[in-house]
Amino acid sequence: MDLDTLLSYQWGAMAPEFIILGVATILSIVDLFAPKRFDRRILGWVGFAGILAALAALMNLFAVDTVTILYDTFKLDAFAKVFKLLLLIGAALIMLLAIGYRPKEGMEEFKGEFYYLLLAGLLGTMIMSSSGDLITLFVGLELLSLSSYILAGIRKKHLPSNESAMKYIINGSIATAVTLFGMSYLYGITGTTNLAEMTNVLPQLNNSQYSYLMGIAFFMLLVGLSFKLATAPFHMWAPDVYQGAATPVTAFLSVVSKTAGFVILIRMVVIVFSNTQAGATGVDSVTPLLFKLQDFIAVLAGVTMVVGNVIALRQRNIKRLFAYSSIAHAGYLLVAVTSMSVFMFESIWFYLGAYLFMNVGAFAVIQLMTANNDNEDIAQFAGMYKRTPWLAVAMGVFILSLAGIPGTAGFIGKLNIFMGALISEPAHYILAALMIATTVVSYFYYFGILTQMFFRPSPVDGEVEKKKIPVGIGVAIGICVLATIAFGLFPNTALDFFHTNFGGFQ
Amino acid sequence: MNEYFLSILVFSPLLGIAVLALMPKTQEVAIKAVGFLATLPALVLALVAFIGGSDHLKKYDIQIEWIRFGDYEAFDLFKIDYELGLNGFSLVLIVLTAVISTLAAIASIHIKKEWKGYFMLFLLLEVGMLGVFAAQNLILFFIFFEITMIPMFFLIGKWGYFEKEKAAYSYLIYNGLGSAILLIVIMVLFARTGTANIDALAQLMAVENANTVAPFSETLKFGLLIALLIAFGVKLPIFPLHTWMLRVHVQAPPAIVMLHSGILLKIGAFGLIRFGMGIFPEQFKSIAVLLAVLGVVNLLYGAFLAFKQSDFKMVLAYSSISHMGIVLIGLGALNEAGIQGAIFQVVSHGLISALLFFLVGVFYERFHTSTIANLGGMAKGMPLAAGFLLAGAMASLGLPGMSGFVSEFMAFLGLFEEMPILAAIGCIGIIMTAVYLLRAVLGMTYGRANRDFIAVSDLKSVEFIPVVALLALIVLIGVYPSVLSDPLHSTLETIMLGLGG
Repeated sequence: MDLDTLLSYQWGAMAPEFIILGVATILSIVDLFAPKRFDRRILGWVGFAGILAALAALMNLFAVDTVTILYDTFKLDAFAKVFKLLLLIGAALIMLLAIGYRPKEGMEEFKGEFYYLLLAGLLGTMIMSSSGDLITLFVGLELLSLSSYILAGIRKKHLPSNESAMKYIINGSIATAVTLFGMSYLYGITGTTNLAEMTNVLPQLNNSQYSYLMGIAFFMLLVGLSFKLATAPFHMWAPDVYQGAATPVTAFLSVVSKTAGFVILIRMVVIVFSNTQAGATGVDSVTPLLFKLQDFIAVLAGVTMVVGNVIALRQRNIKRLFAYSSIAHAGYLLVAVTSMSVFMFESIWFYLGAYLFMNVGAFAVIQLMTANNDNEDIAQFAGMYKRTPWLAVAMGVFILSLAGIPGTAGFIGKLNIFMGALISEPAHYILAALMIATTVVSYFYYFGILTQMFFRPSPVDGEVEKKKIPVGIGVAIGICVLATIAFGLFPNTALDFFHTNFGGFQ
Repeated sequence: MNEYFLSILVFSPLLGIAVLALMPKTQEVAIKAVGFLATLPALVLALVAFIGGSDHLKKYDIQIEWIRFGDYEAFDLFKIDYELGLNGFSLVLIVLTAVISTLAAIASIHIKKEWKGYFMLFLLLEVGMLGVFAAQNLILFFIFFEITMIPMFFLIGKWGYFEKEKAAYSYLIYNGLGSAILLIVIMVLFARTGTANIDALAQLMAVENANTVAPFSETLKFGLLIALLIAFGVKLPIFPLHTWMLRVHVQAPPAIVMLHSGILLKIGAFGLIRFGMGIFPEQFKSIAVLLAVLGVVNLLYGAFLAFKQSDFKMVLAYSSISHMGIVLIGLGALNEAGIQGAIFQVVSHGLISALLFFLVGVFYERFHTSTIANLGGMAKGMPLAAGFLLAGAMASLGLPGMSGFVSEFMAFLGLFEEMPILAAIGCIGIIMTAVYLLRAVLGMTYGRANRDFIAVSDLKSVEFIPVVALLALIVLIGVYPSVLSDPLHSTLETIMLGLGG
């Protein structure tokens, strides 16, 4: 490759990635050479500014048509753009949480790492959403995974944090291995790692033996990716990791990492397997393999919703509770994947967006409430309305949205998914009914938190302690509340944006 | 102005919420005054619309594009508009809602703590109730329907009596399930037709093999109607689904029960008539007998259990179940008299139960009990209150000249025409109603006195407003039913047309 080819690429398409990469590099160097007493929080603000810059660069790219560079391994299409938007906004909010994170026991000496690992993870997710090749996809996935492993254990002297990192790395590595194994099948059958070429080759395979091999590949990939999505029965790591990790990291795992999981699921699994024939003869030769295997995703979705919501009922630790809640939400999203309706992209995108704001917001409040002492019992929220009324109302909004009550973004998201499940023919009545039934089950634990906040007396008697809310977290909560309500009342602002920018895709 | 008339009507209580949010939370009197005043605009506007006559309701319609799912602008599919509108039936219920809300706001003087939060939720609840009746598409209806649920949960759970949290949860779960089923019905309709507009749906369903996005089989339509029946059956409540409602009646503060029993239960009847009959008239005919049977069961079950209760609130709770049975009976008759009777019963019971629960609140304020035995001989200390109680009970048991009589008479008239045997069995319920109400009321007013009523004050100043207003309306409907039947006329005709009768 000579310089001319190198220069002929439209590097501009990668501007957001370059910005994140550059800022992460600068942060790590500054962190290395800065004196010990240097306040590392400034690094966090620099990182935040970097994410905003990347966001601006991305907005600039929205007008650009689909660009592929580096021999089709990097692809900036409508899909990549709209999902990158979610990833960047999520990361920006989580960065604000991270800046305001001050646990009881010191982790000042690692603070710098905290910020640039967050950026590195973000970079991984962005590469994933833009990759047109198994190799880049995998590199992105690993970049995200490795950063997350370290992030989970960032509180070096905190026992649960260590446990969390350990569990995460073991489970995660197995998942990666399984994913890679699945990818090797794809490569073996098609002889290419490029997704675009694969979709050209696959329809021409008309030996029925191949469809079995493709079936195995499908299951391997689905299982491997299910770890990232934290869907049952591959969810076991999530509660422990969520509980042990620092709260901003938990938010990162449950929002950005999960979004990335869905991005890669659609990018690879849905697109590849919808181009594979289910068999060589008869009807099978015109049905995509994916439709044949739809029921398996449906079962996964159903089990995830039931397990997530039912086990959440028994949780007393707020972060564990939210771990199960986020498992349940992955289940709802899988319903959208299963139904493969015309609304699939739209509903997944909107739901992930809604989920981003309500979940990050909820974690911001959790972080504030549990910061003083490491007590994460749900009783910590008792009498919150008396102590900090505004914070309690904000948390109320997030929880109502998570529960899918009208007037919030969560409701519109659920509505959209629900509609997709019912519009396809034959309609997925059972799945839709299960989704709505488990939503009602979720009222129990969501309203349990509300009960604590609004009905129970405060454990702290007498003088009400006034809490100072760090600026960053305050801003994050404010944005999340506004977005949750705005997208609940005027969802068309987001949906129109999606339609204008996504219209040409596929 | 006309275009925004309904929106202002529905959302006017929000103004009160905004004002309350800015007030310091210790000023009890001011907060209560603002809470009361905030219900007035809706009342005034509702009355303006009512007096304006039911022939000109079309002018209030509003339709603004709101949400659009998918990229189907060219086909005009999968969009949800913000559309409000009125017909005679919904107009009557909106007036009822506005009236009872204002009176319940007066009844809220008995609330003892955290008035600010209370009135904010109260007003939000009012927005939800008004919106439910004005909504012109199913999804908007559902949104308002759910908006009533959240404030109710908090109002019961925070300001209720001893077992309030249990009651709040049981309310939440039953209604959550009910609305879950409702949502499924709504979304099946929406996903398969691409529209959620009620009138458009009614037209589509009326045509055999209509050209919809996805096909509708007869079985599917029937299934949807049964699901609707269950969803609204929880709200109404229909016999095996009623336990939550007893808890709410007993545990919630009386002012809230006025709204709950007076209006929220009526959403069930409204939904059955508007959606069940409106969208699936053919299928509705085939379950008419089932409805009538359920109605008679409700009527008798409620009446017999009411007879056994020692707590007056429980008597009223069972009496509500019993009276909702009459609504079902009227609907099951499926003729003009029956349906009109059902609608009359909806309004009449709303007024009567609001009156009785207001009086319960008055008694509880003074004696801290609502047990019949402990209230015995009350007429000595509170002759006026006792008199109004008796009047309310008379209305409830269907004394001619009061609203209860008109509605029961018409509902049974309808049923006797169609299913005389069932109607005859149902008549036992009417007798039982008289028995249990007289037992309870006479036990309270003239029963053996277990305490002396010397220092007890009778009804005072503001407390007269709800009592007199409600009783006046009850008598008005009783002696001059046209005040209700005129606005309902055109709606009834539309329904009968849909039923093919």
